[in-house]
Amino acid sequence: MSVRVLRPGLLTTVQDGGRRGLQHLGIVPGGAMDPTAFGFANALVGNHAGEAALEITLLGPQLAFETDALIALCGAEFDATLDGQALPRDRPVLVKAGGRLATGRAHRGSRAYLGVAGGIALEPLLGSRSTYLPAGFGGFQGRALRAGDVLPLAPDAAALASRHARTLQLPDPGGAPLRSAHWSAPSLTLPEQEFSVIHAMQGRHFGWFDAASQRGFFDVTWRVSPDSDRMGFRLLGPALARLDRDEILSEPTCLGTVQVPADGAPIALMVDHQTTGGYPKIAEIAGADMPRLAQLAPGAALRFARCTLTEALELRRVARRRFEAARRGIAWKYQT
Amino acid sequence: MQPLRIEPLGDAAVFAEFARTLDLRINEALQAIAAALRERAPPWVRDVVPSLGGLAMHFDLDHAELPQAPLQAASDLLQDCLKAAVRARAPGRKVELPVCYDAEFGLDLGEVVAQTGLNAAEIVRRHAASEHRVLMVGFAPGQPYIGGLDARLAVPRLATPRTRVPAGSIAIANAQTVVYPFEIAGGWNVLGRTPLRVFDPQREPPSLLAPGDRVRFVPIARAEYERLK
Repeated sequence: MSVRVLRPGLLTTVQDGGRRGLQHLGIVPGGAMDPTAFGFANALVGNHAGEAALEITLLGPQLAFETDALIALCGAEFDATLDGQALPRDRPVLVKAGGRLATGRAHRGSRAYLGVAGGIALEPLLGSRSTYLPAGFGGFQGRALRAGDVLPLAPDAAALASRHARTLQLPDPGGAPLRSAHWSAPSLTLPEQEFSVIHAMQGRHFGWFDAASQRGFFDVTWRVSPDSDRMGFRLLGPALARLDRDEILSEPTCLGTVQVPADGAPIALMVDHQTTGGYPKIAEIAGADMPRLAQLAPGAALRFARCTLTEALELRRVARRRFEAARRGIAWKYQT
Repeated sequence: MQPLRIEPLGDAAVFAEFARTLDLRINEALQAIAAALRERAPPWVRDVVPSLGGLAMHFDLDHAELPQAPLQAASDLLQDCLKAAVRARAPGRKVELPVCYDAEFGLDLGEVVAQTGLNAAEIVRRHAASEHRVLMVGFAPGQPYIGGLDARLAVPRLATPRTRVPAGSIAIANAQTVVYPFEIAGGWNVLGRTPLRVFDPQREPPSLLAPGDRVRFVPIARAEYERLK
Protein backbone atom coordinates (compact mmCIF):
# COMPACT_ATOMS: atom_id res chain seq x y z
CA MET A 1 0.00 0.00 0.00
CA SER A 2 2.08 2.90 -1.22
CA VAL A 3 2.48 5.94 -3.42
CA ARG A 4 5.48 6.31 -5.71
CA VAL A 5 6.91 9.76 -6.33
CA LEU A 6 7.48 10.27 -10.07
CA ARG A 7 8.34 13.96 -9.79
CA PRO A 8 8.76 15.59 -6.38
CA GLY A 9 7.61 19.15 -7.19
CA LEU A 10 9.28 22.18 -5.65
CA LEU A 11 8.85 21.32 -1.97
CA THR A 12 6.60 18.42 -1.04
CA THR A 13 6.77 17.31 2.60
CA VAL A 14 4.84 15.12 5.03
CA GLN A 15 3.12 17.27 7.67
CA ASP A 16 0.59 16.83 10.44
CA GLY A 17 -0.56 18.93 13.40
CA GLY A 18 3.01 19.28 14.70
CA ARG A 19 4.78 18.66 18.01
CA ARG A 20 3.72 19.72 21.49
CA GLY A 21 5.53 20.61 24.67
CA LEU A 22 9.10 20.55 23.29
CA GLN A 23 9.88 24.23 22.81
CA HIS A 24 12.12 24.27 25.90
CA LEU A 25 14.36 21.85 23.95
CA GLY A 26 14.42 24.21 20.95
CA ILE A 27 11.80 22.25 18.98
CA VAL A 28 8.83 24.26 17.67
CA PRO A 29 5.43 22.73 16.83
CA GLY A 30 5.99 22.98 13.06
CA GLY A 31 3.37 21.01 11.13
CA ALA A 32 1.06 22.19 8.34
CA MET A 33 1.58 25.85 7.34
CA ASP A 34 -2.16 26.19 6.62
CA PRO A 35 -3.87 24.08 9.31
CA THR A 36 -7.31 25.04 7.98
CA ALA A 37 -6.78 23.53 4.52
CA PHE A 38 -4.88 20.63 6.15
CA GLY A 39 -7.83 20.03 8.47
CA PHE A 40 -10.27 19.87 5.56
CA ALA A 41 -7.96 17.49 3.62
CA ASN A 42 -8.21 15.02 6.49
CA ALA A 43 -11.92 15.56 7.19
CA LEU A 44 -12.81 14.99 3.51
CA VAL A 45 -11.23 11.53 3.47
CA GLY A 46 -12.73 10.52 6.83
CA ASN A 47 -9.47 10.77 8.80
CA HIS A 48 -8.86 11.85 12.38
CA ALA A 49 -7.91 15.51 12.62
CA GLY A 50 -4.15 15.03 12.94
CA GLU A 51 -3.36 12.38 10.30
CA ALA A 52 -0.27 13.07 8.18
CA ALA A 53 -0.86 14.58 4.74
CA LEU A 54 1.38 15.88 1.95
CA GLU A 55 2.08 19.60 1.93
CA ILE A 56 2.57 20.68 -1.69
CA THR A 57 4.25 24.00 -2.44
CA LEU A 58 3.93 26.24 -5.56
CA LEU A 59 4.85 23.50 -8.05
CA GLY A 60 3.29 20.16 -7.26
CA PRO A 61 4.46 16.54 -7.57
CA GLN A 62 3.48 13.70 -9.86
CA LEU A 63 2.46 10.60 -7.96
CA ALA A 64 1.62 7.02 -8.92
CA PHE A 65 -0.79 5.21 -6.60
CA GLU A 66 0.07 1.54 -6.20
CA THR A 67 -3.21 0.88 -4.40
CA ASP A 68 -6.80 2.10 -4.42
CA ALA A 69 -7.08 5.19 -2.24
CA LEU A 70 -9.46 7.97 -1.31
CA ILE A 71 -7.79 11.36 -1.62
CA ALA A 72 -8.64 15.06 -1.27
CA LEU A 73 -6.60 18.06 -2.43
CA CYS A 74 -7.29 21.23 -0.42
CA GLY A 75 -5.84 24.70 -0.08
CA ALA A 76 -4.13 26.55 -2.93
CA GLU A 77 -5.58 26.21 -6.44
CA PHE A 78 -3.21 23.97 -8.40
CA ASP A 79 -3.52 22.60 -11.91
CA ALA A 80 -4.16 18.96 -11.13
CA THR A 81 -5.19 15.92 -13.11
CA LEU A 82 -5.92 12.33 -12.22
CA ASP A 83 -5.24 10.00 -15.14
CA GLY A 84 -5.48 12.97 -17.47
CA GLN A 85 -8.84 14.23 -16.17
CA ALA A 86 -9.13 17.51 -14.25
CA LEU A 87 -9.07 16.70 -10.53
CA PRO A 88 -11.84 18.48 -8.64
CA ARG A 89 -10.48 20.24 -5.55
CA ASP A 90 -11.71 20.30 -1.97
CA ARG A 91 -13.64 17.02 -2.20
CA PRO A 92 -13.04 13.28 -1.81
CA VAL A 93 -11.91 11.52 -4.99
CA LEU A 94 -11.42 7.79 -5.46
CA VAL A 95 -8.10 6.76 -7.05
CA LYS A 96 -7.74 3.27 -8.47
CA ALA A 97 -4.51 1.30 -8.16
CA GLY A 98 -2.24 2.46 -10.97
CA GLY A 99 -3.79 5.94 -10.95
CA ARG A 100 -1.52 8.89 -11.68
CA LEU A 101 -1.96 12.24 -10.00
CA ALA A 102 -0.19 15.11 -11.73
CA THR A 103 -0.12 18.51 -10.07
CA GLY A 104 1.29 21.56 -11.80
CA ARG A 105 1.58 25.18 -10.74
CA ALA A 106 -0.40 26.99 -8.07
CA HIS A 107 -2.62 29.72 -9.56
CA ARG A 108 -3.92 31.14 -6.36
CA GLY A 109 -2.35 30.52 -2.97
CA SER A 110 0.89 28.61 -2.54
CA ARG A 111 0.21 25.46 -0.49
CA ALA A 112 -2.14 22.55 -0.96
CA TYR A 113 -2.65 19.46 1.19
CA LEU A 114 -3.17 16.00 -0.18
CA GLY A 115 -5.08 13.95 2.37
CA VAL A 116 -5.31 10.16 1.96
CA ALA A 117 -7.81 7.94 3.79
CA GLY A 118 -5.90 6.18 6.59
CA GLY A 119 -3.06 8.70 6.45
CA ILE A 120 0.59 8.27 5.58
CA ALA A 121 2.02 5.33 7.53
CA LEU A 122 5.31 6.72 8.84
CA GLU A 123 6.54 6.28 12.41
CA PRO A 124 5.95 9.40 14.49
CA LEU A 125 9.09 11.05 15.84
CA LEU A 126 8.81 13.11 19.03
CA GLY A 127 5.05 12.73 18.84
CA SER A 128 4.53 13.81 15.23
CA ARG A 129 4.97 12.81 11.59
CA SER A 130 5.81 16.37 10.56
CA THR A 131 8.98 16.98 8.57
CA TYR A 132 11.21 19.50 10.34
CA LEU A 133 13.48 20.66 7.54
CA PRO A 134 15.84 22.96 9.51
CA ALA A 135 17.15 20.01 11.54
CA GLY A 136 16.35 17.28 9.02
CA PHE A 137 14.16 14.99 11.10
CA GLY A 138 10.60 13.68 11.08
CA GLY A 139 8.25 12.95 8.18
CA PHE A 140 9.85 11.05 5.31
CA GLN A 141 13.56 10.74 6.24
CA GLY A 142 13.59 14.29 7.54
CA ARG A 143 13.49 15.81 4.06
CA ALA A 144 11.36 16.91 1.13
CA LEU A 145 10.24 14.14 -1.22
CA ARG A 146 12.44 13.15 -4.17
CA ALA A 147 11.73 11.26 -7.36
CA GLY A 148 11.71 7.52 -6.68
CA ASP A 149 10.58 7.78 -3.05
CA VAL A 150 7.93 5.27 -2.04
CA LEU A 151 5.57 6.65 0.54
CA PRO A 152 3.82 4.03 2.68
CA LEU A 153 0.05 4.34 3.10
CA ALA A 154 -2.02 2.71 5.83
CA PRO A 155 -2.32 -1.10 5.37
CA ASP A 156 -6.09 -0.68 5.08
CA ALA A 157 -5.94 2.26 2.63
CA ALA A 158 -7.73 0.35 -0.14
CA ALA A 159 -10.35 -1.11 2.20
CA LEU A 160 -11.02 2.35 3.67
CA ALA A 161 -11.30 3.83 0.18
CA SER A 162 -13.96 1.37 -0.91
CA ARG A 163 -15.84 1.60 2.39
CA HIS A 164 -15.84 5.42 2.32
CA ALA A 165 -16.84 5.45 -1.36
CA ARG A 166 -19.89 3.38 -0.43
CA THR A 167 -20.73 5.51 2.63
CA LEU A 168 -20.42 8.72 0.62
CA GLN A 169 -22.27 7.12 -2.30
CA LEU A 170 -19.69 8.45 -4.74
CA PRO A 171 -21.51 8.45 -8.10
CA ASP A 172 -20.61 5.78 -10.60
CA PRO A 173 -18.94 7.59 -13.45
CA GLY A 174 -20.45 5.55 -16.27
CA GLY A 175 -17.30 4.75 -18.16
CA ALA A 176 -15.17 7.70 -17.01
CA PRO A 177 -12.53 6.68 -14.46
CA LEU A 178 -13.05 9.54 -11.99
CA ARG A 179 -15.34 9.16 -9.00
CA SER A 180 -15.74 12.14 -6.68
CA ALA A 181 -18.34 13.72 -4.41
CA HIS A 182 -20.46 16.52 -5.87
CA TRP A 183 -20.09 18.61 -2.70
CA SER A 184 -16.94 20.25 -1.43
CA ALA A 185 -15.22 21.91 1.53
CA PRO A 186 -15.05 25.72 1.46
CA SER A 187 -11.82 27.58 0.71
CA LEU A 188 -11.29 29.75 3.77
CA THR A 189 -7.65 30.71 3.36
CA LEU A 190 -7.07 31.67 -0.30
CA PRO A 191 -5.40 35.06 -0.87
CA GLU A 192 -7.31 38.15 -2.01
CA GLN A 193 -6.79 39.36 -5.60
CA GLU A 194 -5.06 42.68 -4.91
CA PHE A 195 -3.58 42.36 -1.44
CA SER A 196 -4.38 40.34 1.67
CA VAL A 197 -5.23 42.11 4.91
CA ILE A 198 -3.43 40.49 7.84
CA HIS A 199 -4.30 41.59 11.38
CA ALA A 200 -1.42 42.31 13.74
CA MET A 201 -0.95 43.61 17.25
CA GLN A 202 1.85 45.91 18.32
CA GLY A 203 4.82 43.83 19.40
CA ARG A 204 6.76 44.06 22.65
CA HIS A 205 9.36 46.38 21.10
CA PHE A 206 7.03 48.50 18.92
CA GLY A 207 8.08 51.61 20.82
CA TRP A 208 11.74 50.98 19.94
CA PHE A 209 11.11 51.99 16.32
CA ASP A 210 11.01 55.56 15.03
CA ALA A 211 7.68 57.24 14.33
CA ALA A 212 7.93 56.79 10.54
CA SER A 213 8.56 53.06 10.95
CA GLN A 214 5.71 52.67 13.46
CA ARG A 215 3.30 54.37 11.02
CA GLY A 216 4.82 52.75 7.95
CA PHE A 217 4.45 49.24 9.27
CA PHE A 218 0.65 49.56 9.18
CA ASP A 219 0.46 51.92 6.16
CA VAL A 220 2.54 50.40 3.41
CA THR A 221 1.89 47.41 1.16
CA TRP A 222 4.43 44.67 1.87
CA ARG A 223 5.47 41.94 -0.51
CA VAL A 224 6.53 38.42 0.38
CA SER A 225 10.22 38.01 -0.55
CA PRO A 226 11.31 35.04 -2.68
CA ASP A 227 13.75 34.42 0.18
CA SER A 228 10.92 33.08 2.38
CA ASP A 229 10.33 29.59 3.69
CA ARG A 230 8.55 27.56 6.37
CA MET A 231 10.75 29.23 9.02
CA GLY A 232 9.96 32.82 8.12
CA PHE A 233 8.52 35.16 5.51
CA ARG A 234 10.84 38.07 4.73
CA LEU A 235 8.82 41.14 3.84
CA LEU A 236 9.88 43.60 1.15
CA GLY A 237 9.12 47.27 1.76
CA PRO A 238 10.72 50.28 3.41
CA ALA A 239 13.50 49.54 5.91
CA LEU A 240 12.28 49.90 9.51
CA ALA A 241 14.54 52.03 11.69
CA ARG A 242 15.12 51.81 15.41
CA LEU A 243 15.52 54.73 17.80
CA ASP A 244 18.39 53.03 19.65
CA ARG A 245 20.67 50.05 19.37
CA ASP A 246 19.98 48.35 22.70
CA GLU A 247 20.77 44.66 22.71
CA ILE A 248 18.03 42.18 23.55
CA LEU A 249 18.62 39.05 25.57
CA SER A 250 17.48 36.12 23.42
CA GLU A 251 13.85 35.52 24.38
CA PRO A 252 11.01 33.25 23.27
CA THR A 253 9.30 33.94 19.95
CA CYS A 254 6.03 32.54 18.67
CA LEU A 255 4.16 31.80 15.45
CA GLY A 256 3.41 35.19 13.90
CA THR A 257 6.10 37.20 15.67
CA VAL A 258 7.39 39.90 13.32
CA GLN A 259 11.03 40.52 14.17
CA VAL A 260 13.29 43.14 12.64
CA PRO A 261 17.01 42.35 12.22
CA ALA A 262 19.65 45.06 11.87
CA ASP A 263 19.01 45.52 8.13
CA GLY A 264 15.49 46.79 8.89
CA ALA A 265 13.64 44.19 6.77
CA PRO A 266 10.93 42.51 8.87
CA ILE A 267 10.59 38.72 9.09
CA ALA A 268 7.25 37.11 10.00
CA LEU A 269 7.93 33.87 11.85
CA MET A 270 6.14 30.86 10.34
CA VAL A 271 5.56 27.33 11.71
CA ASP A 272 9.21 26.13 11.58
CA HIS A 273 10.58 29.28 13.26
CA GLN A 274 13.37 29.31 15.82
CA THR A 275 12.08 28.99 19.43
CA THR A 276 14.01 32.03 20.67
CA GLY A 277 15.43 35.13 19.09
CA GLY A 278 17.34 38.28 19.89
CA TYR A 279 15.79 40.71 17.40
CA PRO A 280 13.18 43.29 18.43
CA LYS A 281 9.56 42.36 17.85
CA ILE A 282 7.66 45.12 16.08
CA ALA A 283 4.41 43.17 15.78
CA GLU A 284 2.59 39.92 16.53
CA ILE A 285 0.27 38.63 13.81
CA ALA A 286 -3.20 37.48 14.89
CA GLY A 287 -3.22 33.67 14.97
CA ALA A 288 -6.48 33.62 13.01
CA ASP A 289 -4.73 35.16 9.98
CA MET A 290 -1.65 32.91 9.95
CA PRO A 291 -3.20 30.27 7.64
CA ARG A 292 -4.01 33.01 5.10
CA LEU A 293 -0.52 34.48 5.41
CA ALA A 294 0.91 30.99 4.85
CA GLN A 295 -0.94 30.85 1.50
CA LEU A 296 0.83 33.93 0.12
CA ALA A 297 3.33 33.11 -2.62
CA PRO A 298 6.58 35.02 -3.13
CA GLY A 299 5.71 38.42 -4.61
CA ALA A 300 2.19 38.45 -3.13
CA ALA A 301 1.08 41.71 -1.51
CA LEU A 302 -0.24 42.21 2.00
CA ARG A 303 -1.11 45.01 4.37
CA PHE A 304 -1.19 44.86 8.14
CA ALA A 305 -4.35 46.02 9.91
CA ARG A 306 -3.81 47.04 13.52
CA CYS A 307 -5.83 45.08 16.06
CA THR A 308 -5.97 44.57 19.82
CA LEU A 309 -5.53 41.29 21.67
CA THR A 310 -9.30 41.16 22.29
CA GLU A 311 -9.97 41.61 18.57
CA ALA A 312 -7.38 38.97 17.66
CA LEU A 313 -9.05 36.48 19.98
CA GLU A 314 -12.47 37.31 18.50
CA LEU A 315 -11.05 36.72 14.99
CA ARG A 316 -9.84 33.32 16.27
CA ARG A 317 -13.30 32.44 17.57
CA VAL A 318 -14.95 33.44 14.29
CA ALA A 319 -12.41 31.48 12.21
CA ARG A 320 -12.77 28.47 14.51
CA ARG A 321 -16.56 28.55 14.24
CA ARG A 322 -16.46 28.71 10.43
CA PHE A 323 -13.96 25.83 10.27
CA GLU A 324 -15.86 23.68 12.77
CA ALA A 325 -19.21 24.25 11.03
CA ALA A 326 -17.74 23.09 7.70
CA ARG A 327 -15.89 20.18 9.33
CA ARG A 328 -19.08 18.96 11.02
CA GLY A 329 -20.88 19.17 7.67
CA ILE A 330 -18.25 16.88 6.15
CA ALA A 331 -18.25 14.50 9.14
CA TRP A 332 -22.03 14.20 8.79
CA LYS A 333 -21.62 12.81 5.26
CA TYR A 334 -19.63 9.98 6.81
CA GLN A 335 -22.38 9.16 9.28
CA THR A 336 -25.25 8.73 6.83
CA MET B 1 11.73 37.47 42.93
CA GLN B 2 9.07 39.19 40.83
CA PRO B 3 8.94 39.65 37.04
CA LEU B 4 9.58 43.12 35.65
CA ARG B 5 6.64 42.67 33.26
CA ILE B 6 4.12 40.06 32.28
CA GLU B 7 2.71 40.71 28.82
CA PRO B 8 1.01 38.87 25.97
CA LEU B 9 3.22 37.28 23.31
CA GLY B 10 0.96 37.18 20.27
CA ASP B 11 -2.57 36.01 21.08
CA ALA B 12 -1.66 32.51 22.28
CA ALA B 13 1.22 33.01 24.71
CA VAL B 14 2.44 35.13 27.60
CA PHE B 15 5.97 36.36 28.30
CA ALA B 16 7.25 37.15 31.78
CA GLU B 17 10.41 39.23 31.72
CA PHE B 18 12.65 38.99 34.80
CA ALA B 19 15.89 40.63 33.59
CA ARG B 20 16.95 42.83 30.68
CA THR B 21 20.65 42.05 31.00
CA LEU B 22 22.22 38.68 31.71
CA ASP B 23 22.01 37.87 35.43
CA LEU B 24 23.16 34.35 36.30
CA ARG B 25 21.25 34.23 39.61
CA ILE B 26 17.99 35.25 37.97
CA ASN B 27 18.62 32.74 35.17
CA GLU B 28 19.14 29.99 37.77
CA ALA B 29 15.89 30.90 39.52
CA LEU B 30 14.11 30.85 36.14
CA GLN B 31 15.00 27.18 35.67
CA ALA B 32 13.37 26.32 38.99
CA ILE B 33 10.29 28.40 38.15
CA ALA B 34 10.00 26.71 34.74
CA ALA B 35 10.25 23.27 36.36
CA ALA B 36 7.53 24.16 38.87
CA LEU B 37 5.33 25.54 36.07
CA ARG B 38 5.77 22.43 33.97
CA GLU B 39 4.78 20.26 36.94
CA ARG B 40 1.63 22.26 37.70
CA ALA B 41 0.63 23.49 34.28
CA PRO B 42 -2.92 22.62 33.18
CA PRO B 43 -3.24 20.78 29.84
CA TRP B 44 -4.07 23.98 27.92
CA VAL B 45 -0.54 25.27 28.63
CA ARG B 46 1.25 23.69 25.67
CA ASP B 47 4.82 24.83 26.32
CA VAL B 48 6.84 26.41 29.13
CA VAL B 49 9.93 28.02 27.62
CA PRO B 50 12.56 29.57 29.88
CA SER B 51 15.08 31.83 28.15
CA LEU B 52 18.07 33.85 29.39
CA GLY B 53 16.10 36.45 31.33
CA GLY B 54 12.44 35.47 31.09
CA LEU B 55 10.00 32.72 30.27
CA ALA B 56 7.05 32.15 27.98
CA MET B 57 3.98 29.99 28.33
CA HIS B 58 2.29 29.00 25.06
CA PHE B 59 -1.44 28.20 25.14
CA ASP B 60 -3.56 25.72 23.23
CA LEU B 61 -6.50 28.03 22.48
CA ASP B 62 -8.58 25.13 21.14
CA HIS B 63 -8.28 23.08 24.33
CA ALA B 64 -11.57 22.18 25.96
CA GLU B 65 -10.32 23.22 29.43
CA LEU B 66 -9.11 26.69 28.34
CA PRO B 67 -10.29 29.19 30.98
CA GLN B 68 -12.19 32.38 30.11
CA ALA B 69 -9.11 34.56 30.70
CA PRO B 70 -6.02 32.44 29.93
CA LEU B 71 -3.62 35.37 30.34
CA GLN B 72 -4.81 36.00 33.89
CA ALA B 73 -4.87 32.29 34.71
CA ALA B 74 -1.28 31.94 33.46
CA SER B 75 -0.16 34.96 35.51
CA ASP B 76 -1.78 33.51 38.63
CA LEU B 77 -0.08 30.17 38.02
CA LEU B 78 3.25 31.96 37.62
CA GLN B 79 2.77 33.77 40.95
CA ASP B 80 2.11 30.43 42.69
CA CYS B 81 5.22 28.91 41.16
CA LEU B 82 7.47 31.84 42.13
CA LYS B 83 7.06 30.84 45.77
CA ALA B 84 7.40 27.10 45.20
CA ALA B 85 10.50 27.56 43.08
CA VAL B 86 12.39 29.54 45.70
CA ARG B 87 12.05 26.65 48.15
CA ALA B 88 13.08 23.88 45.76
CA ARG B 89 16.12 24.96 43.78
CA ALA B 90 17.63 21.87 42.23
CA PRO B 91 21.38 21.74 41.62
CA GLY B 92 22.04 21.04 37.92
CA ARG B 93 23.60 17.82 36.69
CA LYS B 94 27.34 17.76 36.14
CA VAL B 95 28.14 17.07 32.51
CA GLU B 96 31.55 16.66 30.91
CA LEU B 97 31.68 17.63 27.27
CA PRO B 98 34.73 16.34 25.38
CA VAL B 99 36.07 18.90 22.90
CA CYS B 100 38.82 18.56 20.35
CA TYR B 101 40.40 22.02 20.02
CA ASP B 102 42.69 21.07 17.11
CA ALA B 103 43.20 23.83 14.54
CA GLU B 104 41.20 21.82 12.00
CA PHE B 105 38.08 22.15 14.18
CA GLY B 106 38.87 25.48 15.88
CA LEU B 107 38.01 27.52 12.82
CA ASP B 108 38.23 30.87 14.63
CA LEU B 109 41.04 30.17 17.13
CA GLY B 110 43.25 32.54 15.12
CA GLU B 111 40.62 35.29 15.33
CA VAL B 112 40.30 34.81 19.11
CA VAL B 113 44.12 34.89 19.46
CA ALA B 114 44.12 38.21 17.60
CA GLN B 115 41.26 39.63 19.69
CA THR B 116 42.52 38.55 23.12
CA GLY B 117 46.29 38.56 22.75
CA LEU B 118 46.36 35.08 24.36
CA ASN B 119 47.96 32.15 22.57
CA ALA B 120 45.87 29.19 21.43
CA ALA B 121 46.98 26.89 24.27
CA GLU B 122 46.04 29.52 26.85
CA ILE B 123 42.63 30.06 25.23
CA VAL B 124 41.92 26.32 25.41
CA ARG B 125 43.21 26.16 29.01
CA ARG B 126 40.93 29.00 30.09
CA HIS B 127 37.88 27.63 28.25
CA ALA B 128 38.33 24.23 29.89
CA ALA B 129 39.36 25.50 33.33
CA SER B 130 36.10 26.85 34.70
CA GLU B 131 32.70 25.29 35.30
CA HIS B 132 30.09 26.65 32.90
CA ARG B 133 26.31 26.52 33.21
CA VAL B 134 23.59 25.97 30.61
CA LEU B 135 21.43 29.10 30.63
CA MET B 136 18.97 28.17 27.91
CA VAL B 137 18.26 25.62 25.20
CA GLY B 138 16.81 27.39 22.22
CA PHE B 139 16.92 28.75 18.71
CA ALA B 140 17.50 25.29 17.16
CA PRO B 141 16.69 21.84 18.62
CA GLY B 142 19.06 21.06 21.48
CA GLN B 143 21.20 24.18 21.03
CA PRO B 144 22.55 25.16 24.47
CA TYR B 145 23.52 28.69 25.47
CA ILE B 146 26.21 28.20 28.10
CA GLY B 147 27.30 30.93 30.54
CA GLY B 148 30.42 31.25 32.67
CA LEU B 149 32.98 32.11 30.04
CA ASP B 150 36.39 33.30 31.30
CA ALA B 151 36.27 37.12 31.12
CA ARG B 152 39.48 37.25 29.06
CA LEU B 153 37.76 35.20 26.34
CA ALA B 154 34.87 37.63 25.84
CA VAL B 155 35.05 38.44 22.12
CA PRO B 156 32.35 39.89 19.85
CA ARG B 157 30.56 37.86 17.20
CA LEU B 158 32.21 37.53 13.79
CA ALA B 159 31.66 40.56 11.55
CA THR B 160 30.44 38.21 8.80
CA PRO B 161 28.63 35.07 9.96
CA ARG B 162 29.62 31.75 8.40
CA THR B 163 26.93 30.30 6.16
CA ARG B 164 27.82 26.78 7.36
CA VAL B 165 29.15 25.81 10.78
CA PRO B 166 29.75 22.05 11.19
CA ALA B 167 27.59 20.10 13.66
CA GLY B 168 29.16 19.81 17.12
CA SER B 169 31.13 23.05 16.78
CA ILE B 170 31.81 24.78 20.11
CA ALA B 171 31.77 28.55 19.67
CA ILE B 172 32.05 31.62 21.88
CA ALA B 173 30.84 35.22 21.77
CA ASN B 174 30.51 37.86 24.47
CA ALA B 175 30.06 35.94 27.74
CA GLN B 176 28.73 32.66 26.39
CA THR B 177 29.49 29.40 24.62
CA VAL B 178 27.13 27.61 22.22
CA VAL B 179 27.26 24.15 20.68
CA TYR B 180 25.82 23.90 17.16
CA PRO B 181 23.59 20.79 17.05
CA PHE B 182 23.45 20.69 13.23
CA GLU B 183 25.31 22.19 10.34
CA ILE B 184 23.73 25.65 10.32
CA ALA B 185 24.68 29.28 9.74
CA GLY B 186 26.27 31.06 12.70
CA GLY B 187 28.28 34.08 13.70
CA TRP B 188 30.06 32.85 16.85
CA ASN B 189 33.81 32.18 17.11
CA VAL B 190 34.41 28.44 16.70
CA LEU B 191 37.05 27.05 19.13
CA GLY B 192 36.64 23.31 18.63
CA ARG B 193 34.26 20.42 18.10
CA THR B 194 32.65 17.80 20.30
CA PRO B 195 32.19 14.25 19.00
CA LEU B 196 28.95 13.92 21.03
CA ARG B 197 25.56 14.54 19.46
CA VAL B 198 23.98 17.36 21.44
CA PHE B 199 20.63 16.58 19.81
CA ASP B 200 19.31 13.21 18.68
CA PRO B 201 15.57 12.95 18.01
CA GLN B 202 15.75 9.15 18.52
CA ARG B 203 17.19 9.53 22.04
CA GLU B 204 15.23 10.09 25.24
CA PRO B 205 15.64 12.89 26.14
CA PRO B 206 16.67 14.11 22.69
CA SER B 207 18.66 17.05 24.03
CA LEU B 208 22.01 16.19 25.65
CA LEU B 209 21.98 19.32 27.80
CA ALA B 210 19.25 20.97 29.85
CA PRO B 211 19.10 24.42 31.41
CA GLY B 212 20.88 24.42 34.77
CA ASP B 213 23.40 21.71 33.81
CA ARG B 214 26.95 22.39 35.03
CA VAL B 215 29.27 21.83 32.10
CA ARG B 216 33.00 21.23 31.92
CA PHE B 217 34.72 21.24 28.54
CA VAL B 218 37.30 18.44 28.52
CA PRO B 219 40.06 18.84 25.91
CA ILE B 220 40.63 15.64 23.93
CA ALA B 221 43.10 14.63 21.25
CA ARG B 222 42.07 13.99 17.68
CA ALA B 223 42.32 10.20 18.15
CA GLU B 224 39.97 10.36 21.13
CA TYR B 225 37.57 12.49 19.06
CA GLU B 226 37.48 9.82 16.36
CA ARG B 227 36.99 7.08 18.96
CA LEU B 228 34.00 8.84 20.56
CA LYS B 229 32.42 9.92 17.30
